[in-house]
Amino acid sequence: MQVNENFEPVIVAFCCNWCSYAGADLSGTNRLNYPTNVKIIRVPCSCRVNPMFILRAFQKGADGVIICGCHPGDCHYTSGNYFTRRRITLLYSMLDFLGIERNRTRLEWVSAAEGAKFAAVMNQFTEDVRKLGPNRRLEDLRCRKQ
Amino acid sequence: MQEAMIKRAKELLADGTVNRVLGWKKGEFAYDSTPSVFETAEELERDFVCNDFTQANLSKYLIKESRKEGKILAFLKPCDTYSFNQLLNEHRIIRENVYVIGIPGGPKLDVEKIKAKGISGITGISKDNFTIKIETLYGTESMPFYEAISEKCSNCKSKKHVEYDELVGDEGDILNSKRFDMVEKLENMTSQERFDFWQGELSKCIRCNACRNVCPACTCENCVFDNPKSGIDQKAAADCFEEKMFHIIRAFHVAGRCTDCGECTRVCPQNIPLHLLNRKFIKDINSLYGEFQAGADRTTKCPLTDYDVNDCEPSIVHERGVE
Repeated sequence: MQVNENFEPVIVAFCCNWCSYAGADLSGTNRLNYPTNVKIIRVPCSCRVNPMFILRAFQKGADGVIICGCHPGDCHYTSGNYFTRRRITLLYSMLDFLGIERNRTRLEWVSAAEGAKFAAVMNQFTEDVRKLGPNRRLEDLRCRKQ
Repeated sequence: MQEAMIKRAKELLADGTVNRVLGWKKGEFAYDSTPSVFETAEELERDFVCNDFTQANLSKYLIKESRKEGKILAFLKPCDTYSFNQLLNEHRIIRENVYVIGIPGGPKLDVEKIKAKGISGITGISKDNFTIKIETLYGTESMPFYEAISEKCSNCKSKKHVEYDELVGDEGDILNSKRFDMVEKLENMTSQERFDFWQGELSKCIRCNACRNVCPACTCENCVFDNPKSGIDQKAAADCFEEKMFHIIRAFHVAGRCTDCGECTRVCPQNIPLHLLNRKFIKDINSLYGEFQAGADRTTKCPLTDYDVNDCEPSIVHERGVE
């Protein structure tokens, strides 16, 4: 596959309000770099992420979707992220089954103290998606830019 | 079998145990049948049918029927009792208002498979051991029985009734089916091959919503696909993304509750193998969170409303074999 050097992926990151969103904040106040490709959407809990949100993100032009939540056991709502874990595992597995490239989806646990991890994860994920190129298998042609 | 069922239904109607009977009604052709409610012995005598083509799962009708006055008699095949049990688990059916008679299951036949042999003008079909004899306007034809078995019966998981008030016929056993074979075959393809396979299948979808309407697990009173604000409400798909989105969401909404009754594939006018999506979820649940059969009992929690602190991480998907 031809790699377009100028390709800038759009990454949608669903971050939980209590941990990962604060983690993103911390990486900012620590002056750590992470790509501007990442568009953060704040959700009350990673468990709030409906599978439809993920598909909708791909429809509207995302090339990769990452979900960030509190570490298992640290959920603000006690058990929300345990449900996320099962649900998202099954959804990612289904997307893989339908032939969507695996590296377009990811889930990472990032706590409010892990600003450095947040920046590292976003850098890595953006690079992975950049290698894959534009999302063509799960896109809505009507929403394609250009 | 049909005579025994009509006889028992008449008895229950006569002694006042039930005031209606849910079964299948004769259609225009020998292979047609429609789920129907019978109220009198005469109607039963005239229209009731139970043959090799009465495949429809009647359990979903009981959601509405069990809320009406009086008790209703329902004839359920083994696979239907799983759906029935699952609906009881979800408090969708009022059990006291239903009298369930378990009847032996299939294998049922699919008329499309007979027609695919080039047989047309069918007037009657009879079974003789391992062959079926088909009376047509152009003479008599025959074909092996197994070649006409419907998709949902060819991978039967169980002939055991999990919930019933009485049985007509014998009790069967849980079977060791090879129902995950096709899912495995797809899993072993490359992601491009999988994508091409599903693109080809799902692009046939005409969004008739039959798979949703027939599904005994799809019981929301307000469906997400009926919400005009959802952006994917009932309409012909303008872009292939919409078919994928619809089918992923449809399968996801019944994940962990799907009993694998196969109705979605049976009703699909475009012959899309929708059961493969459901089976993929079932297979994943079995392998990641322990063996689970929806509707098998009334106590086990649905895996998606439950969790374990030691569950695997979603990264397991990224680490699997074929890319």
